[in-house]
Amino acid sequence: MSAKSWDDQRIEVIIGTLLRTGVILAAAVVLIGGMLYLVRHGHEVPNYTTFHGEPEGLKSVSDIVHGALGRGASAIIQLGLLLLIATPVARVIFSAIAFAIEHDYMYVVITLIVLGVLLYSLLASG
Amino acid sequence: MNVLEFSALVGLGSLLAGFLGALTGLGGGVVVVPMLALLFHVDIRYAIGASLVSVIATSSGAAAAYVREGYSNIRIGMFLETATTVGALTGAAIALHVSGNAIAIVFGLVLLYSAYLSSRHREEHGIQLQSSKLAETLKLSGTYPTSEGKQSYNVTGVPVGYGLMYVAGVLSGLLGIGSGAVKVLAMDQAMKIPFKVSTTTSNFMIGVTAAASAGLYLNRGYISPGITMPVMLGVLAGSMIGAKVLVKAKVTVLRYLFAAAILALGVEMIVNGVKGRL
Repeated sequence: MSAKSWDDQRIEVIIGTLLRTGVILAAAVVLIGGMLYLVRHGHEVPNYTTFHGEPEGLKSVSDIVHGALGRGASAIIQLGLLLLIATPVARVIFSAIAFAIEHDYMYVVITLIVLGVLLYSLLASG
Repeated sequence: MNVLEFSALVGLGSLLAGFLGALTGLGGGVVVVPMLALLFHVDIRYAIGASLVSVIATSSGAAAAYVREGYSNIRIGMFLETATTVGALTGAAIALHVSGNAIAIVFGLVLLYSAYLSSRHREEHGIQLQSSKLAETLKLSGTYPTSEGKQSYNVTGVPVGYGLMYVAGVLSGLLGIGSGAVKVLAMDQAMKIPFKVSTTTSNFMIGVTAAASAGLYLNRGYISPGITMPVMLGVLAGSMIGAKVLVKAKVTVLRYLFAAAILALGVEMIVNGVKGRL
């Protein structure tokens, strides 16, 4: 693929598709987890008035993935939310690659700074 | 109220918030937190976590449509995201160390400001100015489609705009909102970027900004699946319906009504925060 066809317009179209796919996928997973959650816990009484924090299994990336594989309803919802948070991260990664193909190295650096902040936030342990 | 009823009511409220937010262009996130905190007595930190996630959903969904139309400027967006994401981390860190009541008061003040902004009339400034040196180095100028073909624009006021973007990031991380109003202010007023480019690029940036603080909120256990599930699905569905209706509806009256509702919520948040009820 020639560098010419990688103009800004083309990149924007790909980014648009990426964002839409991420949101649809995330919403679908949250919906599935949500239905399971309501079937299993629908008749319990919620208490969100006092803050106690979510349990360990629902906080870190690896714990959530493990929990969702074990079909825990809350973990499946959390996995969907994680996919949603990952969508802008994927967008930034793609932008870095696109800027590199355009040989715009100043923007590759700028994009990697943004990516660094996002990954720090997502992977920093409590 | 059991979990099923709670989810249904919160989902319905979020649907309405997303619908009105998209229709008026004010964003649904700004009413989700007061709704959860005041109406459902949810702890404000859970409310902020849920709102933050819904902000990512609506921003990414809307941005998908805008980038295709060629309005948003990905270089401006990416450059300014270095300010908003660091700001978002700062905001999330502050949120960990202050009381829910203090957050509620700041939230109320931001709501009052949003209501004020939305009551003002917006227009294109249409002045063609020289790009500043810094803007030129950063290759920030661009073009956008108009009825008369592609219109080019230049950019100035980069340091002030960058500073305002940091503030927008702090507010987003602290309050769980997109702070689109401050972002548009930075681009449209400080950097003289055309209004349509400012709003769409702002929308494009909101998702990345919110993701920066959402990671920290998740790690601290502030994102509860039981609350976030109905909020995210409701706001997302509502904003999608709103965007479809937007093309046909006249929204001036609705915009004033929504601004009035935001004003009332702002006062209510401040009163509850001062009295220490949240």
